Amino acid sequence: MDTKKLQKSEKAGFAPLSMLYACLVYLFLYLPIAVVIAFSFNTSKTNIIFEGFTFEWYAKMFDNRQLMESFQNTLIVAGVSTVFSLVLGTLCAVGLYKFEFKLKSLVSNSLYIPIAIPEIVFGIAMLVFFSSVHISTGMFTLIVSHITFSMPFVAITVRSRVAGFDRSIEEAAKDLGANEFRTFMRVTLPMIMPGVISGGMLALTMSLDDVVISFFTAGPDSTTLPLKILGMVKKGVSPDVNALSTLMILGTAVIMVISQIAQNRLEQRQGGNNSES
Amino acid sequence: MGEPIIRLVNVVKCYHENQVVKKLNLDIQQGEFLTLLGPSGCGKTTTLRMIAGFESVTEGQIYLEGNNVADLKPNQRDVNTVFQNYALFPHMTVEDNIAFGLVEKRVKKSEIKQRVAEMIKMVQLEGMEKRMPAQMSGGQKQRVAIARALINNPRVLLLDEPLGALDLKLRKQMQSELKHLQKRLGITFVFVTHDQEEALTMSDRIAVMNGGVLEQIGTPREIYNRPETKFVADFIGESNVLDAYVTEVSEGGIHVKMEFGDAVLKAGGFVEEEMVYLCVRPENLKMTKEAVPNFNIYGTVKEHIFIGSVCKTVVELASGLEVKMTSPQTDELYAVGTRVNIYWREDQGVILHTKEEQLYNLIENTVQIEGGMHEA
Repeated sequence: MDTKKLQKSEKAGFAPLSMLYACLVYLFLYLPIAVVIAFSFNTSKTNIIFEGFTFEWYAKMFDNRQLMESFQNTLIVAGVSTVFSLVLGTLCAVGLYKFEFKLKSLVSNSLYIPIAIPEIVFGIAMLVFFSSVHISTGMFTLIVSHITFSMPFVAITVRSRVAGFDRSIEEAAKDLGANEFRTFMRVTLPMIMPGVISGGMLALTMSLDDVVISFFTAGPDSTTLPLKILGMVKKGVSPDVNALSTLMILGTAVIMVISQIAQNRLEQRQGGNNSES
Repeated sequence: MGEPIIRLVNVVKCYHENQVVKKLNLDIQQGEFLTLLGPSGCGKTTTLRMIAGFESVTEGQIYLEGNNVADLKPNQRDVNTVFQNYALFPHMTVEDNIAFGLVEKRVKKSEIKQRVAEMIKMVQLEGMEKRMPAQMSGGQKQRVAIARALINNPRVLLLDEPLGALDLKLRKQMQSELKHLQKRLGITFVFVTHDQEEALTMSDRIAVMNGGVLEQIGTPREIYNRPETKFVADFIGESNVLDAYVTEVSEGGIHVKMEFGDAVLKAGGFVEEEMVYLCVRPENLKMTKEAVPNFNIYGTVKEHIFIGSVCKTVVELASGLEVKMTSPQTDELYAVGTRVNIYWREDQGVILHTKEEQLYNLIENTVQIEGGMHEA
């Protein structure tokens, strides 16, 4: 409550200079995106002058079979890897919270390695690993590598949620007759849900736009959309890429809004969560 | 008293090297309001948590209605807990919080609905069924926590400092409500608190704990009037504790000598040349200018402190030690500087063995118990 008030008063006190600064930041952030969106409706093939309005490129895009296939691949990879990294990451976070064991700090800090390591190194490592165990690259390797790099993001997001958790709430559930599993499903999971959702969103977006790691681990039949776009851009940015990009921006925005609403509703119901109660 | 509903036998709890509960033996009777009282870190909460099943038992047995439950999980024990910080489920409404235990027991929906409604009525939360815990005050949350625990008809209700977070007025009100609830339902309550006044007003019996050891168990009156250890005498209410030395044990009583005087008291179980403590409550101490048979303890009136219903008098003994006494404020008082003899009614002073002596007795008892076990 108080922070909201504080933010408001700060907003009112914006000096013209900082206002200008903020405008510039947002301009740099969003102008390129706006240009892409604008040119996706351009009748001209070149991205230089806006000649007229058309939906032609959208229609053309849907006719491009290869493009649609790679889009489908991306959705499958992102969907499957998100589900797996959600389950693994959440269990990892809860496990790290609940249990004390030797080398715990090592285990928990090693979560940061896949995040900190340069993507290109990660991608090459994945490729080397798969070829050394004789698994040819394809959908499977792609999904596995996506799970590997997005799982730590889920684990860390959920862990920050679990950190302020009042243990006696779980004890209360057990006291009232719930076993470990029921306690997790009825009490723990609903309480950490906001963290799980934002972790899931992170995993999803990471997977959707990954280029570098996918470049090494995808096979010829499992080209993802970002890889496909990269390939197309090599021959010059065509308007149908603009159209596709616009659709992706739209899709991302929709997902973000939905997850934000879902999170807000959860947080509101729990009323600032466990810190106070 | 019949078969105890809960029986702790030689219960030990260790955290690493640290023994927080030491060979605790405790019987809790069916339907009583028993309070575990002690300063923080005395093992009272750990004991409660072992009964609930949240803490494992390092050694010993816990019997619930004759069955050893020491190895059972919390959800397998027919006891329920009211937590210090309420521990309500923040993502559930009041109704769903209260219904939780019944849902876990797979009770029929219609029955759950009816029983939840009854509970809500009992704890006077009508109209708040759909509220979330975050929208309630501390006292209301406490009622939800109590209803949530009681709806399962537990054999025993465990309460871990449930009133600690409430303000004084609400606290007093909840104290009497809880007590009445317990009387009406006839459920055994095991109540943990560090507040001696709370313990004295609510309990049928009080178990005073200190340093992981049960110091004394008894009714509030017994605990207050006949403390068995120096700790209990000190911890419960105010007490004058005087070091003394037994000079003679005769038929007339026990002759004790202090640094500043001597007295003859009636008590048994003491031997000559033993170091003892004399404990007398301030309200039981009296002073006079005349000689009193058997008492020969002189001091000077140092000051009077008026505190409303009573007046507190500090008397400085010859050794410099100060004793406190209280008298009705309407009583006439000796002027400051008056030399007085202090005394007490024979049955109102308590003589205690000193710690070393207790330790000795404890060892002797343990040896006896262990010997008995071998025979069995």
